[in-house]
Amino acid sequence: MAAIDGVRRFGTLIARLLGLAGGLAAVGSAKAVDLPENRADLMFHGYDGGGVRATGPALLVRKSMLDRVSLSASYYADMVSNASIDVVTQASPYKETRNEYAVGADYAVRDALISLSASTSREPDYQADAVNLDVSQETFGGMTTVALGFTRARDKVGRKDIGFFDRASHWRYRVGVTQILTPRWLASINAEAVSDDGFLGSPYRAARVFGALVPERNPRTRSGRAVKLRTIGEIADRQSVRAEYRYYWDTWDIRSHTAEAGYARHFGEQWLADAYLRYYSQRRALFYSDNATAETLYVSRNRQLGTFSSVGLGAKLAYTWKRVPGQYEVRLQGALERSRFDFTDFTDIRTGSPYAYDANVVQVFVSATF
Amino acid sequence: MKRALSIVRNAAAVLLAFAALAGCARLQPWVKPYERERLADPVMKLQRDGLSDKHFEHVREVREGSRGATGVQGGGCGCN
Repeated sequence: MAAIDGVRRFGTLIARLLGLAGGLAAVGSAKAVDLPENRADLMFHGYDGGGVRATGPALLVRKSMLDRVSLSASYYADMVSNASIDVVTQASPYKETRNEYAVGADYAVRDALISLSASTSREPDYQADAVNLDVSQETFGGMTTVALGFTRARDKVGRKDIGFFDRASHWRYRVGVTQILTPRWLASINAEAVSDDGFLGSPYRAARVFGALVPERNPRTRSGRAVKLRTIGEIADRQSVRAEYRYYWDTWDIRSHTAEAGYARHFGEQWLADAYLRYYSQRRALFYSDNATAETLYVSRNRQLGTFSSVGLGAKLAYTWKRVPGQYEVRLQGALERSRFDFTDFTDIRTGSPYAYDANVVQVFVSATF
Repeated sequence: MKRALSIVRNAAAVLLAFAALAGCARLQPWVKPYERERLADPVMKLQRDGLSDKHFEHVREVREGSRGATGVQGGGCGCN
């Protein structure tokens, strides 16, 4: 009798699982949201500023399958030559390479797109692994898109020459809403909470206390929040303007403002140009000091945590090289950004003046959609 | 008596909430799908090229003290 009951329960379980699978298949076939387009990008990127030069290739391939799944894979390399002010005043310039690999899958179900991706980044003395889950849902007749996302990341930090090894964990929770306001105007709001735990500094960096160099000491936890507002509108035929603002605050007492404005337009059928101006300013972390005059539990001279502002001017240009409607399109693209960083409380100890530098970012890439 | 008043107050709150939701239901999407052609133009995209955006975001995250809410998904650190 017990055996018969067991078989019956197993049969019921199988029937329920088949029902669930059938239900999911039925839901899956009712796809309404668009998958990301099939594309391949090959990019060469470069950064040059403040004695740091980072260049390398990057590759992204994305292809949809079965009408409801899109798979992606990417590779990104940074070949870094570092002779920054920290390095030249405390150590010797060095070169190293960072390689990042990522894979992802997007699944369209009704008006939702579910995205799962993972990445791993490796360089000498630093390894970072991350998993991301994002869900976006179209609602209100397709006029509103709501997005939720989560990232879990783990880093291994080390310094082999002194036998130092530690870990850091990161959690990111994000939410966003994009709203179509008129046939020529849309706006979005994004918010993200980032929490970190573990070794959150660099084992190579030194702080200054009473003029003497000592290893920096950072808190082992940090929690930050960011809110960003964006809007874009068409101002004339195939011409648009956009504006963005982000406010950031965290438990290290850093506060920052980011503002950006841009203009984009077509020139004929083959050219697309984009220009923008970006302003960024931040207030220093509580324990940041250019040259501490008291012994404190935490102390850092990481200028990334100092008070500074930057202004960047950028332009992008895209040229449609070949287009076969409904089949494929190949674009050649370039981007250039020049920015200026001015530090309020980071002294260039070679000159005794507040530190400042100019930086250039360049990208050249080929994009194909098919 | 107090209990009865409390029940009436709660019932009124629920009714008000339903009335408010019913008000929401009358709000219809005012930009129809066939009116969204211009929003599909590349100049109206907040993000056009994922690989390019990711590189700019990485450059900024390494040099600035703030993170998050960019709309671009980050990757590894490269923070040394």
